[in-house]
Amino acid sequence: MAKSFSVRRLPGFGAIALATFVMLYLPIVVLVVFSFNAGSSQSQWEGFSLQWYAAAFANQQVQEVSIRSLWLAAVAAGVATALAVPAALGTTRVSRFPGQTMIYALINQPLMVPEIVTGIALLIVVAWLKVHTGYTGMGYLVLAHTAFCIPFAYLPIRARLETLDATLESAASDLYASPFQAFRFITLPLLVPGIAAGFMLSFVISLDTVVITEFVKSAGQDTLPTYMLGQLRRIITPEMNAIATLFLALSLIFVTAFFLITRKRG
Amino acid sequence: MAAQTPDPAPEGEPQERHGWKWALNAPALAVLILAASGPLIIVAVYSFLSPGNMGGVAWDFSLDGWFKVFWTRDIFDPENVSWNWGNLTVFWRTVWLSIQTTVICAVLGFPTAWFIATRPPHRRALWLFLITIPFWTNLLIRTFAIQELIRGTGLLNTVMMGLGIVNEPVQMLYSDFAILLGMAYVFLPLMVLPLYAAMDKLDFRLVEAGYDLYASRFRVLWHVILPLVKPGFVAGSILVFIPSIGAYVTPRVLGGGRTMMLGNLIGLQFGQGRNWPLGAALSMLLLIIVMIALIAYLRTVNRDDGGRRG
Amino acid sequence: MNKTLVSALALIVASASTASADGVLNIYNWGNYTSPELIEKFTADTGIEVTITDFDSNETALARVRQGGHGFDIVVPTHSYVQAWISEGLLAPLDPEIVTDRGNIAPQWVDVDFDPGREYTVPWQWGTTGIAVNTSVYTGDINSADIIFNPPEELVGRINVIPEMSDVLAIAVYAVGGDDVCTTNMDTWRAVRDMLEAAKPSWLSLDYGTIDNYTAGDILAGVYWNGATMRARLQNADVAYGYPATGYPVWMDNAAVLADAQNSENAMIFINYILQPENAAMLSNFARYGNGVAGSEEFMDADMRDAPEIVIPEALVSAGHFNVPCSQEIQDVRTQIWTELLQ
Repeated sequence: MAKSFSVRRLPGFGAIALATFVMLYLPIVVLVVFSFNAGSSQSQWEGFSLQWYAAAFANQQVQEVSIRSLWLAAVAAGVATALAVPAALGTTRVSRFPGQTMIYALINQPLMVPEIVTGIALLIVVAWLKVHTGYTGMGYLVLAHTAFCIPFAYLPIRARLETLDATLESAASDLYASPFQAFRFITLPLLVPGIAAGFMLSFVISLDTVVITEFVKSAGQDTLPTYMLGQLRRIITPEMNAIATLFLALSLIFVTAFFLITRKRG
Repeated sequence: MAAQTPDPAPEGEPQERHGWKWALNAPALAVLILAASGPLIIVAVYSFLSPGNMGGVAWDFSLDGWFKVFWTRDIFDPENVSWNWGNLTVFWRTVWLSIQTTVICAVLGFPTAWFIATRPPHRRALWLFLITIPFWTNLLIRTFAIQELIRGTGLLNTVMMGLGIVNEPVQMLYSDFAILLGMAYVFLPLMVLPLYAAMDKLDFRLVEAGYDLYASRFRVLWHVILPLVKPGFVAGSILVFIPSIGAYVTPRVLGGGRTMMLGNLIGLQFGQGRNWPLGAALSMLLLIIVMIALIAYLRTVNRDDGGRRG
Repeated sequence: MNKTLVSALALIVASASTASADGVLNIYNWGNYTSPELIEKFTADTGIEVTITDFDSNETALARVRQGGHGFDIVVPTHSYVQAWISEGLLAPLDPEIVTDRGNIAPQWVDVDFDPGREYTVPWQWGTTGIAVNTSVYTGDINSADIIFNPPEELVGRINVIPEMSDVLAIAVYAVGGDDVCTTNMDTWRAVRDMLEAAKPSWLSLDYGTIDNYTAGDILAGVYWNGATMRARLQNADVAYGYPATGYPVWMDNAAVLADAQNSENAMIFINYILQPENAAMLSNFARYGNGVAGSEEFMDADMRDAPEIVIPEALVSAGHFNVPCSQEIQDVRTQIWTELLQ
């Protein structure tokens, strides 16, 4: 074979990937551009201005709901991923056992009904708990978001596990590693891409979860999506674009930090 | 494929191992039963009750909710009962749009995931982040951004008219096309990430072996690569298809309320329609259909796999 | 988990010892509907810290509060839902000791059907649902429901109808000659359905739409709210607001104190606060709708005082009607017509 022949190259794939990235970013670019619009229009450019950022920074409610959304997403995605790893191990790294399909269905159940249905169901349960325990804190939202995020964390981890070579763990066991050691030193490091994918998915899913939050929240627990939902019938100003742009900027900071840290370690 | 991951031989007491499997799943299952599946029992119960005043339910047993899912009484001639074609059309449209969304996501997602998986290892995480960064913006604002992009006086039409591709604005917004575009956009990372997770560990020696045997690129793709990344496809298509079925915001904003999907129909019953039992019955039916589809899908996938995993 | 338990216990203890007046107030209101300036002024005047939580529909708000454990003190339901709130005992009667200025409510808003004598609620904002139309394209009579239900050639395919069942059905019932939005006359409903089904192909969308769509000319006509239409007109002078002469809905959102409010005294103080003309005007200047408090006009922004969207032409005042909640039987008919329209 010629040297230039790469087994990793598939014709047209690069072009499709590029087109996909363009499609992903086109609306985002428009959104960002209009956050700097001098007018209140989302489509007619009226000059550069930072007024919508000033408005967002002056709006205390917007800041509160944004921070609450990020906090909630981080906690829920973290917990969901932590629960999904053992669950993925317990459904793939074992021989078939009765109830396995049922567990699989249960884990994926939050995907199977529209958010409004889970929302209504949770409304009744959570309100009952609030009345009878007196606790009305963020715990309910964390629980609801965690449950909703579990399948999104579980499926990538499971997909990763299924492509991993189980003989490595068997080898570790043969060398008298305890199951925990085998997991800690063999499986877990190999699992990292799946865990990262699962966490990232859960995080963005939690950021988007709106209807469930709407029904579970108590006084003073608005998140960014419910704050926006409340405005659906009113006017949506570029202030929302400004907030979205700030979220994007924040994500870029995270990405940069992540690379600086991993580079140092590498 | 079948030879790749042999089952670890069951050692020790079968009883003990059994408890261990459940223990690994227990924390996740506890959360799910408490905050997702358990509360659904309430929805199941509600589907057999009567509508309450201004929403909610009255605690009188009734099959009316279920009846109205399938049949309809002519408003002007209550004796005349016929199939509820309205609801059935919504069901069909929802399934069809979800299938198309899944296919679009797979067609775009596979090359994208492949592209990412074939970058140098230290660059892959960067590309992966690039897929998820747009999703840090909120779903509503993202959907509105798409609306702005494709509407009559939006950027896409302006550019196309400027380039002389079209003479007058193309009505893209408020159509099935807009819904498909929006859903593919929203659900794409749910396909790319699991696919990538499966490809990242791909053994390229197997691909090489395929070429060594003078297989064409297409044959290698079809017979070597696809089977190897199948778990990623399975996860991805479940993650895309099922949420598509229950999509609410995207069809509402981009469909312009002219074409309803099931999520909107259910939302309507819990909202302005004030018929919670009907909404509950529609939800349970949706749940049952998706469950059956999921189990059938997994059975098929696993049979090809030699039935090793559940 | 322990932390959760501790805070749960702390909350139980706290709620048992002091019932109210610890300086906070929780308002449950439509999103982007509460003037931040007013809240700031209220806190400065009274020392009460206010938290605002949003809802997106009357149905959500009612469902949420019905179940209890919500922590809200004040809610702002639309008039057609007020009866349901009162009859289920969810609202507390206004305390005459604190809410002393009910006399400020403009006379026409005192003896309303949904709360005669204003025992439970006070006006927040009111408005109308009518027709927004771009007069650079359409030159006919703007006060006609035909613009939507029997549109002229130039408007076909450029019409948006807000997906609000009760508003749209009301305009439709009046347009076919009915006078009661809950009529039991099935011929009226048949006419409504036939008219809507025939009109739908000429509509572009059933969406909340954005003001942008009107100003940019993507949408040339539609069923829209008066305040939103005013915002569109301020950006594009061609946009006009019409009141269908056959009949159109009037709506009013009303503030009320919840029966299980934990800060009901503070809530009563707030209710009385928004009855002051100056404060009511602040609500209007932010949300851009009328407020129902006599004497607030002089504090309102100049562009609102004589806006055609807010001041209803004399001849068309009598065509405005409050929507009323219907019996379950008629509600079923309405929902079915609406669902068939959307499918």
